[in-house]
Amino acid sequence: MQVTSVVEVKRAAVGYEGREILHDVSLTVEPGEVVAVLGANGSGKSTLIRTILGLVPLRRGEIDLFGTPQRKFRDWARVGYVPQRLGAGSGVPATVGEVVSSGRLARRGIFRMAGAADRQAVKDALTAVGLLDRYSDPVSTLSGGQQQRTLIARALAGKPDLLVLDEPTAGVDAGSQEAFAAALGRFRSEGGTILLVAHELGPLRPLIDRAVVVHEGRIAYEGPPPEPAGHHAEPDHDHVHPHAVQPAAGICEWAPTDRIAAN
Amino acid sequence: MMRALAGALIIGLVAPSLGIYLVQRRLSLIGDGIGHVALTGVGVGLLLNQSPVLTAVIVAAIGAVGVELIRERGRTSGDLALALLFYGGIAGGVVLVSLSDDASSNSLVQYLFGSLITTSPQDIAVIAVLGGAVLFAMLMFRPALFAVSNDEEYAKVSGLPVRALNLLMAVTTAVTVTIAMRTVGLLLISALMVIPVAAAQQVTRGFRTTMAAAMAIGLFAAGSGIVVSAEADTPPGATTVVLALAVFVALTVGAVGWRVVQRRRAEPPREIEPPDVVLQKA
Repeated sequence: MQVTSVVEVKRAAVGYEGREILHDVSLTVEPGEVVAVLGANGSGKSTLIRTILGLVPLRRGEIDLFGTPQRKFRDWARVGYVPQRLGAGSGVPATVGEVVSSGRLARRGIFRMAGAADRQAVKDALTAVGLLDRYSDPVSTLSGGQQQRTLIARALAGKPDLLVLDEPTAGVDAGSQEAFAAALGRFRSEGGTILLVAHELGPLRPLIDRAVVVHEGRIAYEGPPPEPAGHHAEPDHDHVHPHAVQPAAGICEWAPTDRIAAN
Repeated sequence: MMRALAGALIIGLVAPSLGIYLVQRRLSLIGDGIGHVALTGVGVGLLLNQSPVLTAVIVAAIGAVGVELIRERGRTSGDLALALLFYGGIAGGVVLVSLSDDASSNSLVQYLFGSLITTSPQDIAVIAVLGGAVLFAMLMFRPALFAVSNDEEYAKVSGLPVRALNLLMAVTTAVTVTIAMRTVGLLLISALMVIPVAAAQQVTRGFRTTMAAAMAIGLFAAGSGIVVSAEADTPPGATTVVLALAVFVALTVGAVGWRVVQRRRAEPPREIEPPDVVLQKA
């Protein structure tokens, strides 16, 4: 019996308002794999995963999730999405526990009240990212890295089979990056599949099975994660130094502005 | 007086339970806009000799759904579209009311600033039933509405019926605006949705506690607003809003003071560190 791919993108093209961001992209993620989508700011790497998640409409091509065409896919509890940062974050306070509990909605539906299994899953997820002691604290009092870990816990609480992460390590302190990598490692060892977008790999590098480099809306490289040394030789290399997150973020200020909007 | 009090208490409880989601989405002013649109509904009702509350609910709901569809398309062009809708709503309302048989400035003021004294038993029944329905929806769907208001994209990826939930919010906002029209009036409804939430979040840490505290503050402001306005002979709607603002100011000052005291107690005053870089004098 053939094993169905977790994600299969076939000749996808995506664009906003007449401008095409991705042209003819194909990508397959097999069960248990950890795939990193790399690329400079504005390369279209975030657009690619947002399209896979159905947040950006497809122009041409096809996307299958767990063997089902994305359009007909309803089993969203199998997908755990970790966005770049916490939502709008308005003035209304919310505790870490409340945010992570949102991750259970995909499993239990909107008509059922949270039960013991839901509360246990939330606690397990917070334990996995090392934030259980912050359960009743408002998320606004957490550091950037701790907020990222809260978002990972929210995705893990739904017990997904696939984790999709958008720039999980951007602007995250070294301590949180380690905790982050550990949580992802555990998820993988339990058979989970991971698709992540990154500007730099940092401590996540040992986890990655395969890297895909997106350049100007096309897949420019696919294979083992590029070594930092060789990668430096590329014209638009990612400056990878775990201790130098801030300078790396500065690169985006010099990226072509017409492409930043698309990212 | 008892009818007025009952109506006000229902609104005081219901408005913040809905308003908390609007505040969370940074749509604090949407209630105000829907109130403007509802005035056109009142005008239609008076002109057709129908119940103005009924026509206002219908027109406000259409307006709210329209606003939601505009918002869904993208926020930049939405801003101007909302302005057009709101000003169209209030201008249309004033024109339609003036064309009706009941064309006294009195009837207009009654809807703009509320008139609890003229509330009939029938009105109270409508307020109680619709208010109860809104409250039920807000409490029942709290986890889902929280998820959508907190992070709409995440909610979409979770497979939640985001559009249905947004339309539920739009329609319940319109219903709340319309039933509150008699209590605080169309121009001050938004205040009862937003101010109790703003006051509550000065002292709360979580969403659920904020919601409960906001509803308690709303209930207190509405109840005391009716009593005070009867004693002092002031308009009940405006009095209620002023009292809610007083609670907001008191809690804000109290919270700031509390934090200062806590900090003083937690850490003894430290010496100021010398600057890392000392500029040499030329």
